[in-house]
Amino acid sequence: MKRLSALVALTLLTSSLFAQAADPERARNLAATCANCHGTDGRPVAGSGIDPLAGIEKRHSLQKLADFKSGQRPGTIMPQIAKGYTDEQLELIAAYFAAQK
Amino acid sequence: MADRNRRAFLKAGTLAGVLTVAGCAGSALRQPRGHVVVVGGGYGGATAAKYLRMWSARGVEVTLVERSPHFVSCPMSNLVIGGSRSMADITLGYDRLQSHWGVRIVHDEVLAIDAAARSVRLAGGGDLRYDRLVLSPGIDFMWQEIPGLDNAGAQATILHAWKAGAQTVALRRQLEAMPDGGVFVLSVPRAPYRCPPGPYERASLVADYCKRHKPRSKVIVLDANDEIVSKKGLFAKAWAELYPGIIEYRPQSELRDVDVTTRTAHLDFDKVRADVLNVIPPQRAADIAARSGLQLINQRWVEIDWLSMESSNTPAVHVLGDAIFPAPTMPKSGHVANQQAKLAAAAILRLLAGEQPDPAPVLMNTCYSFVDSRNAIHVASVFQYDRNTGVVQPVAGAGGVSSARSELEGRIAAGWAQNIWADMLF
Repeated sequence: MKRLSALVALTLLTSSLFAQAADPERARNLAATCANCHGTDGRPVAGSGIDPLAGIEKRHSLQKLADFKSGQRPGTIMPQIAKGYTDEQLELIAAYFAAQK
Repeated sequence: MADRNRRAFLKAGTLAGVLTVAGCAGSALRQPRGHVVVVGGGYGGATAAKYLRMWSARGVEVTLVERSPHFVSCPMSNLVIGGSRSMADITLGYDRLQSHWGVRIVHDEVLAIDAAARSVRLAGGGDLRYDRLVLSPGIDFMWQEIPGLDNAGAQATILHAWKAGAQTVALRRQLEAMPDGGVFVLSVPRAPYRCPPGPYERASLVADYCKRHKPRSKVIVLDANDEIVSKKGLFAKAWAELYPGIIEYRPQSELRDVDVTTRTAHLDFDKVRADVLNVIPPQRAADIAARSGLQLINQRWVEIDWLSMESSNTPAVHVLGDAIFPAPTMPKSGHVANQQAKLAAAAILRLLAGEQPDPAPVLMNTCYSFVDSRNAIHVASVFQYDRNTGVVQPVAGAGGVSSARSELEGRIAAGWAQNIWADMLF
């Protein structure tokens, strides 16, 4: 049983590494789904009233997304959208925007 | 994507595939090279053109063929009809796509696609060769379904205003010329059509105008559908609270014909006379898609592969936007066309580099509708690729509609427009 869970853990680790290593564009593609409202690469038009995402610390935006997803943080549309992404996807998105300086 | 490619991709999912790919994960992807022709500069095509240049670090050549000198947005155009926005507010140029992103803009019309030769024929003369073609042609109308409107003269009088531009201005003028006490009749076709909540937004904004300027007037919605197609509860509540006695909603009222001279809508068992008759006709993929041999579903919408937006039967032709047969519950919206354009751009760059597309694409939709000049409501959804069905499927438990109309969402809707326009054109 122990060996099995170790194997499962190894497989999960490998597959998550694989998902990121094999697809360097995955984070970029996922983040692009946010750009309609938040601007290309997370830089909205000045004065549009929509939050910028570019350059926001990963820990900060990931927490915000997690709170939208769990329902802890109220909002008009983001709670509904955040629920559509897996935790791994949200992590990739948050990391991508954090890297946009 | 061809079946061959799909099988190759599935094979890559096996353990052997994992090890092989993981073994060379350190090496960078090959650089995409080639020429992509994009047909149609709307929400889908303009976005595709920009993202192909941006994501290839300007390595891939892009030519955008668009017949209009400017982009005029359908989203927000109902506000022009209602009188709270001007045409200038919803009109943007293609200049920056050219000057900043290096997209070659050709203001012309594509007459035909030669998929074997990988070229398109231009109305202005000459052919454009492509390595990959992006077709984002929008919709055309099925005029033969409304015999009285199946001629140019009738279409100049009884307007659709379902493609923003001259018709938007003309419908606004008809509304302004309507006497107080007049009847504005809006005919809604059976779904699917472009922009599911759009007709109900238009009814709201016309009623908003009437309430302020011509309070004895009426707005009659003749809906071919059994009920309001999108944001039903929110529209019904807004109409009951904001426009009692102004909006009259009639479901199951499919338009069969029109008497142009008397502006009368003919239904199965009824006739409705209008002072302004606004007919949104039934729709299908634009002519260029329909006559190019692309596989259609229900003889109306282009069938595509959801990993690449590539036509199911015509290699190297990627189709976007309102012209395609959509995924379950996926609306024909500008937002969705923009998302599909990014999916296609990412896939095309991979294919041009000799690689396989991202095997797990995600799309999302947001539609804002105004119920008066300031208050808006939304609907949202998220779609994840499903290997079993080969289609992007709506995520259960995600998405939804506004809890109530609000000025806050009205301001967010205005911000949405600014940002999506910039995302496609700037």
